[in-house]
Amino acid sequence: MKHRTFFWFILPTLSAMILFIALPIVSVFIQSLFVQHEQVLIVSESCGPFGCKETTSIDTEATAKLREEQPLGRFNGLGTYVNRSHLAFVEVGEAWRNTETFGEFWSQIFNLPFYRALIFTLTYTAVVTPLVIVLGLAIAVGVNNLPKMLKGPSIFISLLPFLVTPLVGSLILFWMVDSDGVIGATMQRVFNDPSLSLKASTALTWTMLIVYGVWHTLPFSFITFYAGLQTVPEDTMEAAMIDGATKWQRMIHVVVPHLAPLMSFVTLMLLMDNFRVFEPIVSFKAEAHATSLSWIIYNDLRESGNPLYGSAGATSMMTIIGVVILLTPVLIRTWRDFNRKAH
Amino acid sequence: MFLRNLATATAFAGLLGSAAYAADCGPEGQSIRVLASDFPAIHAVTEAAEANCGAAAAEFSVNHTTEARQIMNAALTPNPAEYTSVILANATLTQLMNDGLVRPLNDLVEKYSDNIKPHQLITIDGNVMAVAFMANSQHLFARKDILEKAGVDRIPATYEEVLDAAEKIRAAGIMEHPIVMNLQTGWNVGEVFNMIYLGHGGEFFKPGSAEPAINNEKGIATLNVMKVLTEYAHPDHLTHASNETQGLWEAGQAALGIMWGSRGAPILDDEGSSEEVTSNTVLSAAPTVAGGSIPAATLWWDGISIASNVSDEEAEATFAALVSGLTPEMVEANNDDAVWLLEGFKPGPAAAGVAATAQGGAQPYPMIPQMGLLHAALGSELTDFLKGDETAEQALSDVEAAYRTSAKEAGFLE
Repeated sequence: MKHRTFFWFILPTLSAMILFIALPIVSVFIQSLFVQHEQVLIVSESCGPFGCKETTSIDTEATAKLREEQPLGRFNGLGTYVNRSHLAFVEVGEAWRNTETFGEFWSQIFNLPFYRALIFTLTYTAVVTPLVIVLGLAIAVGVNNLPKMLKGPSIFISLLPFLVTPLVGSLILFWMVDSDGVIGATMQRVFNDPSLSLKASTALTWTMLIVYGVWHTLPFSFITFYAGLQTVPEDTMEAAMIDGATKWQRMIHVVVPHLAPLMSFVTLMLLMDNFRVFEPIVSFKAEAHATSLSWIIYNDLRESGNPLYGSAGATSMMTIIGVVILLTPVLIRTWRDFNRKAH
Repeated sequence: MFLRNLATATAFAGLLGSAAYAADCGPEGQSIRVLASDFPAIHAVTEAAEANCGAAAAEFSVNHTTEARQIMNAALTPNPAEYTSVILANATLTQLMNDGLVRPLNDLVEKYSDNIKPHQLITIDGNVMAVAFMANSQHLFARKDILEKAGVDRIPATYEEVLDAAEKIRAAGIMEHPIVMNLQTGWNVGEVFNMIYLGHGGEFFKPGSAEPAINNEKGIATLNVMKVLTEYAHPDHLTHASNETQGLWEAGQAALGIMWGSRGAPILDDEGSSEEVTSNTVLSAAPTVAGGSIPAATLWWDGISIASNVSDEEAEATFAALVSGLTPEMVEANNDDAVWLLEGFKPGPAAAGVAATAQGGAQPYPMIPQMGLLHAALGSELTDFLKGDETAEQALSDVEAAYRTSAKEAGFLE
């Protein structure tokens, strides 16, 4: 294709991407470099139905004047990125100097909000992604080998978890694992421990979130692999059969290599999605035991009354960087495959 | 003060009787747009306002949403603002005043004073910033039948007595986890700290500054009380907010609860619970703690505010309409939906807890600009201590560190 033609073809997509993806990212980055103006506080007296009290309030006129002079706020450089809520260089350095054992150091790191969230996010991504790929492939092969009559209904049933809105799906599971719910009560009975609670233990909460994650994303990898299985070349399979390959050998040496490009695609999508895990944490009210990077952003924008845009922006940028780091190996692999095929 | 006002209010209601009088709706043909939280008492006020003045206005719209707090600042910032009024509470008034988004109401209060009594006015440095119409606070809910069975002869008045009663109930084998509290990670657990800390007589900030001052003996004592309470609370307490605790209470799975007064009416009504629970539930003042003299609770009010960024005519029409709804008739029709600060309110059993807590001299939720940031820091950093993963000192120093970080970003600290 001529470069000119190519340019005109790509122009609509490219401009949409610049407008809706690139520019917002630039804007978020710029916001993350600034913090709010100094708030001018004045001592005042406030009265209400419950009596009077000395208190402070903000001198809005003085603050508005500061804001007019510098609409973006005060420039803080990368200060927000390295403060306690994020990379916490000072706190990490102190922990390193003041602790004797690696375990102690680790527990101090785990006490910092960003690292705590990062550890859960990475664990979630690292466990859910491979499980979803392997189980998705297994279900796809299973459904593919079913008699024709059963195929339709089983595809439909396998897709169901994907049709449920994440928030609703996790709420349903949340109620089921409640100590009065069907799963929670059954577990109490099985282990004969009336105070056993899935919501009160960190390990069980993590397990619950991961099980939910697998359940919810499984249909995506299943349906992609199922579509891929329809394109496995018949003659290669027949040739393998004639060569005496067992079912398992055909699976490993014919089907899996054939599906390899699809696997890269599914891995890519899953890594991106899992790294941004968010809804189940809110629905499961799991904040006491597990937080994720996306949850921190949400919390910064919501909890304190006045949104901390700088903090949220910094976490967003680091999430993007994290996704890029995770995707790099997969992207390099895809690029190599592409080049091999092109020549 | 609280009850005396209520008494005069009730006497007044009798005088007014049911004589229908035309409400003064201020300038006609204006657009009235209200943003409000979503609970029955607020619906009652806005519906009464619309019935009185909806016809005189060109537009009368109310957005009742539980997300009001999240959107109010953004909605009131443009000029003209998205809403002409926000129905708000202590903490949210501060949140709007921080950005200068609500206007002083002194002139309007003078002009439309029919349904307003002085104790309803929220004034800051002489400026009336809001007109309160209902009160709320946390307080004790107790099951008298279970207490009797466990050999506790009176309703606990202090946290020490609450814990003692809980131990007796457990020892008698009646319930393993008799206490329910809203301890969900985030706002709720922060609020529990606030009330018990205030009960200890604690101050949140160094006077006149935004420097935190909670890492002290009172803070540690507060955390220790919370820790002991959680030992008697349902194992899932870190996920419990009002809906869950109300549910446990109505299911008869708790004997002692620290819950919001606004849950009193729904718990005592004949829906969602059994006769055994409702007839034995007693609402009383929030307990005192550590020999303190005031109930460990935070008092809240809900009231009317008017946006800065709207025309004076719209502001006046909105204020007149909303105030026209605060009548004794409205209160009479919705008596049990809230602890009204208005004429005609007859405090029933559902209001007993809030009234006793206010009468006992509990502190209002602090109206300090940076309180939201400290509350958020408390909400996210205290659970490690309650889970048993760190010491009280460590938890409090984490809270202060987290608060300092966000307060620096918000411009409150250098």
